Amino acid sequence: MNKLKDMFVFTDSKGKFDIFGFLYRYGTIVVTILAIIYFSVSVENWFTFGNMTNIFRSVSIVCLIALAMTMSLTVDGFDLSTAATASFAAVIAAKVMILWELHPAFAILLPILVGCSIGLINSFLIIKLGISDMLTTLSMMFVITGVSITFQQGSAIYNYMPMLKGGVAPGLMSEGFKAIGQHEFLEIPIPIFIMLAIATIVHIFLNRTKHGRFLYMTGGNEEAARLSGIPTKKYRTLAYVLSGGIAAIAGVVLCARLGSGEVDSAGPYLMDAVAAAYIGYSVLGAGKPNAFGTLLGALLVGILMNGLVMMSFPYYSQNIVKGIVLILGLGLTYYKKKG
Amino acid sequence: MDSKGLEMKGISMVFPGVKALDGVDFSVKKGEVHALIGANGAGKSTLMKVLSGVYQNTAGEIFIDEQKIEIHNPMDAKKNGIVIVYQEVDTALIPHLSVAENIMMDYLIGELKGIFIDWKMIQREASETMKKLGLDIDVNKLVSELTLSEKQMVLIGRAVFHKADYLILDEPTAPLSVEETDRLFEIVETVKNRGVSVIFISHRLDEIFKICERITVLRDGQLVGNYLTANETIDTIVEKMLGRKLESTFPKHEVEIGGKIFEVRNLNGEGGVNDVNIHINAGEIVGISGLVGAGKTELVKLLFGATRRHSGEVVLNGKSVAPKNPAAAVKDGLALVPEERRREGVIVQESIETNSTLPTLKKYCNGPFMNAGMLRESALKTIRTVGIKAPSEKQLVSKLSGGNQQKVALGKWIISDAEVFLFDEPTKGVDVGSKAEIYKLIGGLVEKKKGVLYATCEFSEILGLTDRVYVMYNGTIAAELVTKNTNEEELLLYSTGGGRDE
Ligand SMILES: Nc1ncnc2c1ncn2[C@@H]1O[C@H](COP(=O)(O)OP(=O)(O)OP(=O)(O)O)[C@@H](O)[C@H]1O
Ligand SMILES: [Mg+2]
Repeated sequence: MNKLKDMFVFTDSKGKFDIFGFLYRYGTIVVTILAIIYFSVSVENWFTFGNMTNIFRSVSIVCLIALAMTMSLTVDGFDLSTAATASFAAVIAAKVMILWELHPAFAILLPILVGCSIGLINSFLIIKLGISDMLTTLSMMFVITGVSITFQQGSAIYNYMPMLKGGVAPGLMSEGFKAIGQHEFLEIPIPIFIMLAIATIVHIFLNRTKHGRFLYMTGGNEEAARLSGIPTKKYRTLAYVLSGGIAAIAGVVLCARLGSGEVDSAGPYLMDAVAAAYIGYSVLGAGKPNAFGTLLGALLVGILMNGLVMMSFPYYSQNIVKGIVLILGLGLTYYKKKG
Repeated sequence: MDSKGLEMKGISMVFPGVKALDGVDFSVKKGEVHALIGANGAGKSTLMKVLSGVYQNTAGEIFIDEQKIEIHNPMDAKKNGIVIVYQEVDTALIPHLSVAENIMMDYLIGELKGIFIDWKMIQREASETMKKLGLDIDVNKLVSELTLSEKQMVLIGRAVFHKADYLILDEPTAPLSVEETDRLFEIVETVKNRGVSVIFISHRLDEIFKICERITVLRDGQLVGNYLTANETIDTIVEKMLGRKLESTFPKHEVEIGGKIFEVRNLNGEGGVNDVNIHINAGEIVGISGLVGAGKTELVKLLFGATRRHSGEVVLNGKSVAPKNPAAAVKDGLALVPEERRREGVIVQESIETNSTLPTLKKYCNGPFMNAGMLRESALKTIRTVGIKAPSEKQLVSKLSGGNQQKVALGKWIISDAEVFLFDEPTKGVDVGSKAEIYKLIGGLVEKKKGVLYATCEFSEILGLTDRVYVMYNGTIAAELVTKNTNEEELLLYSTGGGRDE
């Protein structure tokens, strides 16, 4: 009962409406709704089923990468290599089918395995060698982008691509695999289901399981967590491994959608993903990384970009809006933390 | 009445769900040492934070020498000569700056003219300050490398040499050794003779009777009264503070002592632990006595696998254990309540519930999934057993009073199924009433045939609570004594390195 009251009554100690408390919890959601109303009114044919699924689909990759990043944020880390991992995973998925002619199942399993291994290497460098998270993953980003260009003799891997030693690539990207990125179910694109499924799983994992709690506690105060009997190093490792794994899933979906494995194909999503994960801090007053917030953050960014494009807002000016939304979200979170 | 001095009238302060102060009157005369006491959560720190400008939306008035003054922020307070040393030491220092920079912080922020900093001068001034305090700390050291008691002294140093008229010390002695406390009292005496008024908060009542002329007592955010120390005794003051008589500080626990359950042989390790041999029997409370810096904290951390062991053997219930980290130690059946609550004991930005259920989280899970009902139930039970004062189990630990934070740090382990409990100064900052409750809880542990190792620098705790005691000096065991055959003099003798050539 009290909890309900806490959620819906916003009065301060003097009984006045506490506008800030309200904004802190619902600010991001309110902004999202306002944006939807605004675009629906001012852009013709904006609020249609077609355009909505379009937004969701375009957001799905960003959201998956942002979810990967969210995992590292829970332990107070930071994984800049997520987008590069996704690109690398996309290239591997394409290679598995087109160059190596393996069963399409390997085009899903192998990239995820590689993604997790990248996370493992990251965590080794961060935990054992003590290099800072940001620098480790920044270096890793360069390394894996470089590796994927070096070993694929070109910028993309696609069906019937010409080979260096003559002829064309032996294998084909299977139609079943492409369906992951291109088909629809009940007129809703498959990537949207994948995004929602992973977001839900991450949400449950972080909020309902003891492992999620241990991750947050490790991020909250590592020394106190360690002395509470939490194997903090293991949990920091786990966070990076899961980050790599989820980033790889983003890469697989991207590969299926493009129908090819392109170098650095996920690179442009990196900054949007960072923004989404941080905007997520402010959703429902969580004040910390969380899956639902990240999902909403990604949607908010997607809605704004889509609406602005349809209003013929110049492409190069969109970053201004993105930046401002990020500042507002962070402002809400950190202003409250201070108070 | 003497008009010189500071007066607070009708001060009220409300936090969500808590009325922390309810029309409190408080006054200090010029040049007096005035004690402010009350149980944990009574509102002492809040009252002092109102005075030092931390809280704004308060009701009431403040006068200095009968002039009404307005205090809206910490700068206002400083301008009026009010300087405070906060209870939570780590929130007031910047860990990655040097001691010198921290001591000279006010100068760097406020008084420095121009843009260039004269580092030589800063260092010189800072080491002067440290010397006047009789402290031997390298001012170029980073604050993060200091022990808790050193940090406390740095803070006191910073405050004392600020030109204060009113100096507030919020539980300054909690982390200090006996000598450091004595040194602090000398400093208090000196500034008092300069006409400075000192407001002194402490849960150690003997200290209050030693240095304070008057005592103001708060209970549940309300003023109980103010008294001349000369007219009171510790018992009468405790009764005013708790609203009831305290039966006995150290409740007797009658437990039959069983066989050895824990044995440490020739242990050496990180932090200067040197050839330690101790054992604990089932149902026994074993004290580790010694001064601050004797190695008590280092020993318990080593036993708990938090630091690295170099050599030696530890046997628990007949099995040799060598935990590589605290997680392994917990599996082996150990529990540790660490010394520095805010850095090691609790995660302040999380709730009481999250903190109190952390070491035992597995118990409230079905498979990997946490059971919200069981978590809540456990948290409520802990709140009741250790007597935490809070509006709900969802309250963030950062919003609890200092002593109540300590109770969370303690409560989260008391409920665990460990075989041997290691306590490192567990009652620091806890009021006398709650201390008695905690001793009862520890008595409850030994009744269940657990072993308890209790490290403290307070001789009264050793003498009142333990069955047997090891005195530590310089990282090693200087003496093993049976508590009922020893006394404070003997403990002090061994603690200071004496009595070894007999
Ligand atoms: N920031 C805050 N938000 C909410 N409640 C608070 C906050 N700070 C203090 N309180 C509450 O106000 C009351 C008084 O706290 P205060 O810190 O003044 O106690 P105290 O007398 O200093 O106790 P202790 O001896 O434990 O230090 C407590 O019930 C505490 O929970
Ligand atoms: Mg206090």
